[in-house]
Amino acid sequence: MTHIEKNSLPLVENVSRRGLLKGVVASGSLIVATTYLPKRAMAAWATGAGLMPHGTVSDPHVFVAIAKDGTVTIVAHRSEMGTGSKTSLPMVVADEMGADWSRCRVVQAPGDEVKYGNQDTDGSRSLRHFVQPMRQCGAAARLMLEMAAAERWGVDVSSVEAVDHAVVHRDSGRRLGFGDLAEAAAALPTPAPDKIRLKDTNSFRYIGTGSVPIVDLFGITTGTATYGADIRLPGMKYAVIARPPVLGAKVKSFDGSAALKVPGVEKVVEVQGWDWPAKFQPVGGVAVIARNTGVAIKGRDALKITWTDSPHAVYNSDSYREMLLENARKPGKTVRNDGDIDGAMKAAAKTITAEYYIPQSAHAPMEPPAATAWVHDGMCEVWAPVQSPGGTHDDLMKTLGLPYDKVKVNVTLLGGAFGRKSKCDFVLEAALLSKTLNAPVRVQWTREDDIQHDFYHAVAVERIEAALDANNKVIGWRHRNAAPSLFSTFMPDPKMQQPLEYSMGQVDLPFAIENIRCEVCEAPAHSRIGWFRSVRNVPNTFATQSFVAELAHATGRDPKDMLLELIGAPRIVDPRKTTVDLWNYGDPFETYPIDTGRLRGVVELVAEKAGWGRDLPAGHGMGIAVQRSFLSYIATVVEVAVDGKGNISVPRVDTAVDCGFHVNPERITSQIEGAAIMGLGIAKHCEITYKNGVVQQSNFNDYQVVRIDEAPRVTNVYIVPAGWDTPSSGVGEPGTPPFAPALCNAIFAATGKRIRNLPIGDQLAI
Amino acid sequence: MITLSVNGQQHSYDGDPSLPLLWFLRDEAGLPGTKYGCGEALCGACTVHLNGEAVRSCAVQVADAAGKNVVTIEGLDPHGNHPVQRAWRAVNVPQCGFCQAGQIMQAAALLATTPNPTDAQIHTAMAGNICRCGCYQRIESAIRTAATGV
Repeated sequence: MTHIEKNSLPLVENVSRRGLLKGVVASGSLIVATTYLPKRAMAAWATGAGLMPHGTVSDPHVFVAIAKDGTVTIVAHRSEMGTGSKTSLPMVVADEMGADWSRCRVVQAPGDEVKYGNQDTDGSRSLRHFVQPMRQCGAAARLMLEMAAAERWGVDVSSVEAVDHAVVHRDSGRRLGFGDLAEAAAALPTPAPDKIRLKDTNSFRYIGTGSVPIVDLFGITTGTATYGADIRLPGMKYAVIARPPVLGAKVKSFDGSAALKVPGVEKVVEVQGWDWPAKFQPVGGVAVIARNTGVAIKGRDALKITWTDSPHAVYNSDSYREMLLENARKPGKTVRNDGDIDGAMKAAAKTITAEYYIPQSAHAPMEPPAATAWVHDGMCEVWAPVQSPGGTHDDLMKTLGLPYDKVKVNVTLLGGAFGRKSKCDFVLEAALLSKTLNAPVRVQWTREDDIQHDFYHAVAVERIEAALDANNKVIGWRHRNAAPSLFSTFMPDPKMQQPLEYSMGQVDLPFAIENIRCEVCEAPAHSRIGWFRSVRNVPNTFATQSFVAELAHATGRDPKDMLLELIGAPRIVDPRKTTVDLWNYGDPFETYPIDTGRLRGVVELVAEKAGWGRDLPAGHGMGIAVQRSFLSYIATVVEVAVDGKGNISVPRVDTAVDCGFHVNPERITSQIEGAAIMGLGIAKHCEITYKNGVVQQSNFNDYQVVRIDEAPRVTNVYIVPAGWDTPSSGVGEPGTPPFAPALCNAIFAATGKRIRNLPIGDQLAI
Repeated sequence: MITLSVNGQQHSYDGDPSLPLLWFLRDEAGLPGTKYGCGEALCGACTVHLNGEAVRSCAVQVADAAGKNVVTIEGLDPHGNHPVQRAWRAVNVPQCGFCQAGQIMQAAALLATTPNPTDAQIHTAMAGNICRCGCYQRIESAIRTAATGV
């Protein structure tokens, strides 16, 4: 904890309210970075946080500062992209320490994982991995304040209590505000973990109430919140970059003379590109530097560039799709094998097969990538909307050859991210240009750049075959997929799905079926592949949950009953023994097992709330789907209306969420509302296609996303209550996967037409 | 030299008159509240008021704003308390928040001409403003809240 004499303004005002945390020291940090984080004295459950770079830190000397006027400043070290973690985690600290939230302010940490612990804001991990450290941090801060007060009064610390921003002596009623105690408390060492005691969860003032608005709400609604492109530095240059149209191509030659004639264009320079696979290094190209971004864009239009050939020019979406289908029709590499699938198929009274296609898609956050960098005097400072401040810091060090303390990554708000801004190529571009130009540089990606040079959500073919016995019981399940791997971004292309990928909805199948085989089939990568909100759960859930409804139809059963029958009795499903390297989202299986009781729970809850089976108007249908993803259990019922021309609308969505112990139900609800809309976009519109290695879409005219007039009319969210004994899991991602299959199951119920290929596009047009 | 009024203050631009107003506001006038989202009038993130009418500033040349009054999110209300802004906060509309300046400017223009819009009128007016986080249900709710008074 730090005592602040005076608040002063930071260089960049990306804080919720004004303020700067000065001189916060990192003494006595509780850093665990070796293995699964074990249960600490007051921890309720073990997590995989220790496996992440730099683990967790829970030291109030790092995260909390108190000013003499009592203002408590709390550091948010995870990036804010819309999930609300910048509010929720500091709120946990404040609640645990007995602070009054109206007297707290939140500042965004720069990238510094040595100090703050892991900052990779993806994988729906912020609450999952940091709710415990943040409770410990708040509890330690509370104890330090109580110790300072007890010493001042000469009483035992057990006789005092921090409540409502002050410490009170129970017997005498004496009271000292946090501000009065700031200096003395900040001078104390961090208490040993066994001295810290967490509050009774019944005494929370903010956690679980949903009463705390996000800290940037006023700034967002007044245009004063700071995003990636909102930084202006003296002497700053504005840049846009022409990048190779085909992955792997490089600049062969260029002519910038016409660009330089555009009034306001100052320079045309080449940007270094790396050989593929290059992780998050830039693909290279030619930059136009100008007095403002609009001029730079106009200058770029006038560039003449010849690119080298690339082996990825063979990428054509139509033929690629045929290849994936062909590959998925042949045996692949077995990655889960329960029982005897071949025997089950031979013994089957009936087999049912379906093939599903889920296209490549782009994240398209409303804020396209943008970053400002200033490389000078052996230092680099950047301002950027990054999900990975620590990784960005490391990549800047490596790219520029600078030591740890000569790089500073200031994290702005992220104008949406969905996985795209885990990759810092755009920040490295700005840094390289700043170094070349010896000036601060802001690089702005246009929407076209964003859609044509993304780290994409990979295309997939999913093929499922079921064996049914004479009583229509499912006795065998074979699921093959062919989808390029995101690991092709990091290493020589493995040309098929890897454990981290196939564990998201393929091998973790929670069904009570005796004979299960999962196989992955060949699919070379020809584009940069990344991770998109809920990653492989999108295609896998679309296939498995559509197929359940197909089985229900084929056997004359209700889809919800069929789903519950396949899930089976409440139990722990443990596919680890029959799976090659099951990945449990990086967390211990013992903490987060596959619990079919919780899975059934959300199915039954959402069915009840949605009125499953109720009478519907003509042209309406209901569909259901469930998925455990990112360790949360989420079930969705979609009601669809299909008109006489085949236009679809969604009058109602119901979603049940079981994410364990949670702190901000209001933000969980907003995430699920948004996931329904993103899910609808995946189902209806989103598709990136290639011709000769070149992306065919460019902007929101041909890469369509959901607009307000087609959004679900109502999304109802039901959060399963959970105490501290149920480990927290996140909600940023897992709302997305069940939507598309629930919608397509609803469309089948309404029309009898089964959608197996996404996007729906005009497939229903009459 | 082009002169225009932005949020009641006179500004001038000595560059190419075909520059989109958006980039003048953001990079020259130092008003970054207006956001770039697409550059083709497809997403509405850059919506401002030009003589009171909602326009996409990426599709308006700075020359077209000469002698006119431009209002951006920073100038919608001196204290940030326009009824639409208040309603946005009452309903907790934003997630990432990036599109919200454009949404608020569009909604404010709608309510200025149509104080009690129907659902269909809200949809028609707001369909040009994309929110990728998916805050539409709350946007609609906030517009109704603003219409009925916060």
